[in-house]
Amino acid sequence: MVTDSALKDETGTPDPIRLARRLERPAPTTVKDSRGYKVFTVINVVVLLGVMAITLYPFANIIAQSFSSEGFINAGQVNLVPRGFNIETYRTVMADNMFWINYRNTVVYTVVATVIAMVLTTTYAYAISKKNLRGRNFFIMVAVFTMFFNGGLIPNYVLINAIGFTNTIWAIVIPNAISVFNLLVMKAFFENMPEELEEAAAIDGLGTYRTLLRIVLPLSKAVIATMVLFYAVSFWNSWFQAFLYLDDARLYPVTVYLRNLIAGATTATSVAGGSSDGMTQVASNIQSVTMVLTVLPIICLYPFIQKYFVSGVMLGSVKG
Amino acid sequence: MSTPQNLEASSPAGGQATGTIADGAAAVAIARTGKGGYPQRSWRKTLRRDWQLYSLLVLPLIFLLIFRYLPMAGNVIAFRRFRPGSSIFGDEWVGLRYVELFINDAKFWEVFQNTLILGALGLLVVFPLPIILALLLNEVRRIWFKRLVQTISYLPHFMSIVIVAGMVFQIFSVQGTINQVITAMGGDAVNFMQRADWFRTIYISSEVWQTVGWGTILYLAALTTIDQQLYEASRIDGANRWKQTWHITLPGIRPTMVTLLVLNIGTFMAVGFEKVLLLYNPLTYPTADVISTYLYRVGILSSNFSYATAIGLFESLIGLTLILSANAISRRLVGTSLW
Repeated sequence: MVTDSALKDETGTPDPIRLARRLERPAPTTVKDSRGYKVFTVINVVVLLGVMAITLYPFANIIAQSFSSEGFINAGQVNLVPRGFNIETYRTVMADNMFWINYRNTVVYTVVATVIAMVLTTTYAYAISKKNLRGRNFFIMVAVFTMFFNGGLIPNYVLINAIGFTNTIWAIVIPNAISVFNLLVMKAFFENMPEELEEAAAIDGLGTYRTLLRIVLPLSKAVIATMVLFYAVSFWNSWFQAFLYLDDARLYPVTVYLRNLIAGATTATSVAGGSSDGMTQVASNIQSVTMVLTVLPIICLYPFIQKYFVSGVMLGSVKG
Repeated sequence: MSTPQNLEASSPAGGQATGTIADGAAAVAIARTGKGGYPQRSWRKTLRRDWQLYSLLVLPLIFLLIFRYLPMAGNVIAFRRFRPGSSIFGDEWVGLRYVELFINDAKFWEVFQNTLILGALGLLVVFPLPIILALLLNEVRRIWFKRLVQTISYLPHFMSIVIVAGMVFQIFSVQGTINQVITAMGGDAVNFMQRADWFRTIYISSEVWQTVGWGTILYLAALTTIDQQLYEASRIDGANRWKQTWHITLPGIRPTMVTLLVLNIGTFMAVGFEKVLLLYNPLTYPTADVISTYLYRVGILSSNFSYATAIGLFESLIGLTLILSANAISRRLVGTSLW
């Protein structure tokens, strides 16, 4: 896909920040633009403004609903601006003990799962990045094959039940520990590290473990940050694993809490044909508040983490 | 059992021993005599030299074995009777019983068709949009504006499917934004989420909203690798912007387009199971129910494990065939392949 030596710095290591910056480079200017092109430029800006508006609208909508009173939402009068401004709904949701228990679960699952995933991914990626590792191609194939063929829902479900993970944190934090995409990104990064560094470490008498811990990892902070974010966001957002394997509401992550609110609201309308307005109305308020509170950490971190994600995707596509 | 001394005397100079690795003493002896020529190194010596490196592989390999390969093998319950509580590989062979069962199941073919339609719509609608958006972004000269559009359009990618589903329910609800527009224009409110004829539109719109911005990244990356001299040369030859886009930009990002198309075709059958599961309800089953949601209900909710596994295996095999053939075709036609 992208094979570009300019994406790598002097040592041959891909520089994530530079990768991200290149995407923002403006188009080359022409000496003289035709009139048609000037018209196009205006239309282009309008289209892109539209793209931004459509992207942001749903966020604005749930924020507006979260501060609106039930009556106005029910009357179909809330879109961009809160009507009947109040923070009662926030109080209601935040007074729910279960919400906080589930929120804390999400934090715990995300941290534990990310740590496990990082340990497994880093060690495997480092080992298979060594070109003189005997059996290297076999070990790469073992991982890559799982990208194209997987066990499927039922065999996985049967397995998780059989090993007794059901209704424990392990059903959430272990089964998705290695993402092959992340593994290949890390492998490509390690492969591009200058060999001299590790040769020097070997001459100084450092074994593989200490070379990895003291030389390689400190030089891989950028890629490690990217991988941690990739994993953390995917675990923060995941819900199905928990929905499938956890029965105890006290173990749910906040995504399942939210899912149950949404499902409750939809079954209420579909069963009663929309007649139980009071029921759906409250849910609509509460759903919005719960959504706002769930995405809040991601939205706050987003401006700072975005460039790492972009560079991670690009690192994955640069052929190592 | 030979002593280390005996072995040392009898083993060839290159150390080409083919004994069992369990014989640790012998391995040590051979390692002592070996000269260590790289290509002929025996596994014992390799392990002795690189054992630390191999030890790093142990945990991940155990993980892959248990959580990836064991479920793959667990697919045999498609051909075996499985009762809850029995071994994960089932009890006894029943041959193709479950395969015949789903082939004769009209409901299966209905969800199969729904899967194909949703997959095809995704490919037709969702796949080209990031290319168009990337080309538009590429024409933006003000760097802050380009950066702003990128930052905002990537945002939905970071949202949980549950959040996206929640937003869809809000916006398409009877009191939601779409119905506000419809009633403002004098129409009657539509209960979108309960209508089977609207499901595909809603599903595809939510896919577009969530994936198009993020999908531009690889195209934008490919665009930066196009040689600027090509544009200069074409300008001297009198090519306008359209011609430059058509003859230089598009061919420049073609390898990326083909690669992503191959990947998309490969995941054709795996249409967003989690999203459908969140968005559908019995009223929208006629268009919304896909293979994965059907087998979820049959398998997990009704505990027909073997039957659902047979369906799942069929789906996986189609997926594997699709990606292998798409890759072969792209290699033959445009010389780009995934591996």
